[in-house]
Amino acid sequence: MKTIIKTKNLNLYYGENKAIDNCNLSIYENKVTAIIGPSGCGKSTLLRSINRMNDFIDIFNLEGEIIFNDIDIYKEKINSTELRKSIGMVFQKPNPFPKSIYENIIWGPKINGFKGDCDHLVEDSLKNAGLWNEVKDRLNESALSLSGGQQQRLCIARAIAMKPDVILMDEPCSALDPKSTVIIETLIKKLREKYTIIIVTHNMQQAARVSDYTAFLYEGELIEYNNTEKLFKNPKNSKTEDYITGRFG
Amino acid sequence: MINKQLDKRQKIDRIFKTAANIVTWSSLVILAILLYHVSITGINMLSFEFLDNFPSRFPHKAGIKSALHGSVWMLVLVTIISVPIGVSSAIYLEEYGKKNRLTKFIEINIANLAGVPSIVYGILGLTMFVRFMQFDRSVLAGSFTMSLLILPVIIISSREAIRAVPNNIRLGAYAVGATKFQTIRHHVLPIATPGILTGVILSMSRAIGETAPLIMIGALTYVAFVPESVMDPFTTLPIQIFNWASRPQAAFHEVAAAGIIILLIVLLFMNALAIFFRNYANKKYDFN
Amino acid sequence: MNSLLKNKTNLTERIFEKIFAFSSYISILTTTLIIYILFTESYTFFSNIPITDFLFGTHWEPLLEPKSFGVLPLLFGTLMIVIGSAFICIPMGLIIAIYLSQYASKKTRRIIKPILEILAGIPTVVYGYFALTFITPILRTFIPSTEIFNAASGAIVVGIMILPMVASLCDDALRSVPKSLKEGGFALGTTSFEVIRGILVPSAFSGIMASFVLAISRAFGETMAVTLAAGATPRFTVNPLESIQTMTAYIVQVSLGDTPQGGIEYQTIFAVAALLFIVTLIMNLISNFIMNKYREVYD
Repeated sequence: MKTIIKTKNLNLYYGENKAIDNCNLSIYENKVTAIIGPSGCGKSTLLRSINRMNDFIDIFNLEGEIIFNDIDIYKEKINSTELRKSIGMVFQKPNPFPKSIYENIIWGPKINGFKGDCDHLVEDSLKNAGLWNEVKDRLNESALSLSGGQQQRLCIARAIAMKPDVILMDEPCSALDPKSTVIIETLIKKLREKYTIIIVTHNMQQAARVSDYTAFLYEGELIEYNNTEKLFKNPKNSKTEDYITGRFG
Repeated sequence: MINKQLDKRQKIDRIFKTAANIVTWSSLVILAILLYHVSITGINMLSFEFLDNFPSRFPHKAGIKSALHGSVWMLVLVTIISVPIGVSSAIYLEEYGKKNRLTKFIEINIANLAGVPSIVYGILGLTMFVRFMQFDRSVLAGSFTMSLLILPVIIISSREAIRAVPNNIRLGAYAVGATKFQTIRHHVLPIATPGILTGVILSMSRAIGETAPLIMIGALTYVAFVPESVMDPFTTLPIQIFNWASRPQAAFHEVAAAGIIILLIVLLFMNALAIFFRNYANKKYDFN
Repeated sequence: MNSLLKNKTNLTERIFEKIFAFSSYISILTTTLIIYILFTESYTFFSNIPITDFLFGTHWEPLLEPKSFGVLPLLFGTLMIVIGSAFICIPMGLIIAIYLSQYASKKTRRIIKPILEILAGIPTVVYGYFALTFITPILRTFIPSTEIFNAASGAIVVGIMILPMVASLCDDALRSVPKSLKEGGFALGTTSFEVIRGILVPSAFSGIMASFVLAISRAFGETMAVTLAAGATPRFTVNPLESIQTMTAYIVQVSLGDTPQGGIEYQTIFAVAALLFIVTLIMNLISNFIMNKYREVYD
């Protein structure tokens, strides 16, 4: 099993407040890794630092390293825009561009110099996101006309179109209805064949259903990290056990 | 006894409500009187000749041709000068500006400039553009002066339009490996454009009606020709109206009223356009 | 993966960022220029005319002999306009705002709000015309001693002109008071008027006061309406029925004339404009200060 992303002694701050404390985590290639924990424990912060989306927050600060394919991505010379082509992201609230379905998918590749067959890329991405059949006849319609679940799958297709190595998902189903949630969870399990997926979720059952590995965060600290089945059946840490048995939320 | 007091209090309450009602609707009455007065006085002078004639010593021969041309020239130039600068400033402050002292200082400047009397801009224009840059009393000098006057308003309204773009859209763009400029160019600006346009049109309506700064830079009040280049002298609708209204003869007051009617029609049209864009923006980009 | 290492912040990116930045510096440049111009020319003026003569002198005759450079007549002229217009726009503006935010139906709001916007959008030269040809004749009918050019007429239209701004700002302020405060008052068995007077208006105090100060600031700077209607006679008086001259109208008068550049007469515009600039700047800063310091935070 290859480690594709590794954090080393990672400390994340918002101004004076420490959000993540001395985190050492290894993410394995082509696996789905879930990050769980109560609200405010730093899961989203950790996730967003992997594709350097936290750069847009003025008071954000980082100590330690995040290694992606043997390169420290916070090194001075790294171009964060380039990084995000290899590490994509799906957000909690679906955020398609107010353009057509077709344009939503092709825009990212196009501005990055894609010169190949656009139609093929769009069809491919939509198929891999499980949305093709529903929209193949209306690719030129506005993305805003889709339902919430469809919009989120569109966002996944948009991320896939960039052919990233890793896809980060920040609570992708929390704004969706149960039916859409099921569709997307199935999709995630299928996507792992081609991509490495890291998913933040506050829904433990979802983590248990969907992921291969689970990391439990509590108040900024990585408490336990293990194979999902082992973590849920036999948590080694009492805090982990308390959380997954619902003693606190 | 409690009832008596309550009666009195409720009486006061009713009186206040009635009084407030009257005061509020009186604004409509005032507007109606103003428009009626102007229309009655000026309607007889309106004709095609009025639009096509130059000002004259004789009221019945006077026309606003030079003023109309001058206003159009100025409007076009002001748009060309102030919109790029204003929108660029707004983009910088909203998208690039860090929360440091320089940015705060710029913002304070813009807020204060919005409150400076227009005649002070006239002095600025006179010294900078007419004298120092030697544009003389030309349309160019007037346009630069007017641009500085409305720049703060354009910046403020453009900033609001840009701020109204949901941040999620930007994040979605960055997440597929777009640069800041690409995100602004392909997403932020297009979404903010109708809002920016509304602000620009409203600023232009202000520019068309302003008189004092242009008088200061020397826009003439008796111009019997139309500008043919940006360096030509000129006059505008409000200046011409001012000129006619300043004359003692009642006949010229009628001509002034006619000029006012034209000016108000132009403004009405521009405001309708602004409202159109505002509604278009709300409809097309309904992110909910 | 090696592409990650290339720091290729595109040239286009950086050029555009610089262009955007420089555009925003123009506002700093503008302020600097205004201050520089006003104060260098005023400095020259005040090296010839003692500043006390200027600020406290009661006779303003800069063009004809015997010359006198006391600005008080102009200042009083402006003050009459400011105070007169305040009597109209402040109470009316507040009352309209109260009515719109507390009593008016949606339909009423939809009619009155645009009307206020139209009133605000009418150019000042139109208001000057209205003052001269409609208001003044009415005043003269009721008070025959009213001169053809008079401060009252100017003050009235300036009041009407600024009214929409006061109404709009006060409306915003009143609407930002949470409903719970109002409902608390009603629950005690008070009338609408008492709730408005005792709870609502005090709760929106900072926004309301700030709007009043802004209105006064605007009245100071008003030019065309007073030039047309209030006169060109600098007079140290408090009689609103007489012809006067405001600071702004004086500046216009000199610009329309043939005053040669460089002479002391010409420099008077800069001195008067500097005074005007300082006064409006102070008022705007006060208004900001009130908004920020006394802003009620309802969370």
